[in-house]
Amino acid sequence: MGMMLEKLVAYWAYPFVRYALAVGVLVALCAALLGVTLVLKRFSFIGDGLSHVAFGAMAVASVLNLASDMPLVMGVTVLCAVFLLGAGENSKIKGDAAMAMFSVGALAVGYLVMNLFSVSSNLAGDVCTTLFGATSILTLSKSDVWMCVILSALVVLLYVFFYHKIFAITFDESFASATGTNAKRYNLILAVVTAVVIVMAMNLVGSLLISALVIFPAMSAMRLFHSFKAVTIFSAGLSVFCAAAGIVVSILAGTPVGATIVTVEIITFVLCWGIGLAGRR
Amino acid sequence: MIQINCQGLALGYDAALVRGLNFSVSAGDYLCILGENGSGKSTLMKTILGLQSPLEGRVSWGEGVKAQEIGYLPQQTQAQRDFPATVWEVTLSGCQGKCGLRPFYNKTEKEKARLSLRRMDMEHFADRCYRELSGGQQQRVLLARALCAASKILLLDEPVSGLDPAACRDMYEMIDSLNKKDGMTILMISHDMEAALHYASHILYLGEQVFFGTCKEFVRSVPGRRYLKQKGEPYGNDA
Repeated sequence: MGMMLEKLVAYWAYPFVRYALAVGVLVALCAALLGVTLVLKRFSFIGDGLSHVAFGAMAVASVLNLASDMPLVMGVTVLCAVFLLGAGENSKIKGDAAMAMFSVGALAVGYLVMNLFSVSSNLAGDVCTTLFGATSILTLSKSDVWMCVILSALVVLLYVFFYHKIFAITFDESFASATGTNAKRYNLILAVVTAVVIVMAMNLVGSLLISALVIFPAMSAMRLFHSFKAVTIFSAGLSVFCAAAGIVVSILAGTPVGATIVTVEIITFVLCWGIGLAGRR
Repeated sequence: MIQINCQGLALGYDAALVRGLNFSVSAGDYLCILGENGSGKSTLMKTILGLQSPLEGRVSWGEGVKAQEIGYLPQQTQAQRDFPATVWEVTLSGCQGKCGLRPFYNKTEKEKARLSLRRMDMEHFADRCYRELSGGQQQRVLLARALCAASKILLLDEPVSGLDPAACRDMYEMIDSLNKKDGMTILMISHDMEAALHYASHILYLGEQVFFGTCKEFVRSVPGRRYLKQKGEPYGNDA
């Protein structure tokens, strides 16, 4: 135990460890806040779908040799989010099918583009990194961290400011718009914020594991609490804890960051489920 | 005093389900909307609420009524059945339309939510979880939420579907008392012929032949007689 602590203190001296921890915790917080709404709106897989779209855009950006791939990736992902969340019930292609098409399509095209035009010698490694976020969180620069801090603060502020409106459109969209809440506007805000959080989260856990950040904290909180407010607060707290614990464990044990965080999320989910079941008896 | 006036409405998505729909609703009316599945009942309600625009014609509001001042009880969605929210959170969300951009509810709105819950006899359930209530209790909560949004007109989309007979009767009595005691105008989609003829003052029947009029007129009308015969209700014979 003492040795682990020593190791941790030693690692703490490196800025990249502190950066990783800060970014990890912030992204987890944002993902969990949105997750409650997305899960309840039956959009659990939007994290997965959008992150694949972001992966495709990233591949195209790297082939085009853009100085910064952020604007292109962000733009494409936001557009897709608006389309998927905004298409709603009346569109010809139903939500889940549209999402699956985007997700698989972007993944395939992204990989194809990378394969055909790649400038890097280690293609498999590149793909693996974007999909699983293997190391990028440990190579964050100071400006990355500040960008993440500002975006997260914005997401949290927006969430608090629109909390009651988000509840209204999550619980019953048609009632909300019938009685004078501009559900379309708030759905649009939700879509944009979701896209931003997902692009941020790609650095942390990579494309494939983002869904876990969105879904697990919300599902765990729903086992234990029965008010929307309690579920939201607990899932945010739990998510922060899981991200911090996951990063610390991955540093100590040398395991991949994304996969470790998700494993911690799974363990806490099982715990919450058990406690929830026991509490009901 | 006319509150809702619909003229020459044609409803539907790509093809019209109904054409040439003319009717008006006055303050204190209790209008039941009947018709087979797919005849455009829910579409009509969404059009009145402004959730969907009509293919032709228009919906106009009487003096002193705004489109946003009507309460609405939609059909329950699957997502709501396991939604983690307290009765209080659900009821209060009925006031959201009045908030505009203001992020939190004010005292008046909280008081309104409390009174609505009391009117529905659900005040002592305020801290309970919505998903753990019985179907009838859930409908009462949603009715309380609708009351938060408005005090003049209520639109109800099949308010008793999925309820057991006792809860059904209870719900009808509650709606009737809102109509008689609080003077609220009621528009209700229903499949329940017997209850419609018992409680409603007017009937709107959507089908091949559209009918609008009082209950008595409906029983004597051609679509009314056919409908009653199909349903095997006793009213068909003595009309």
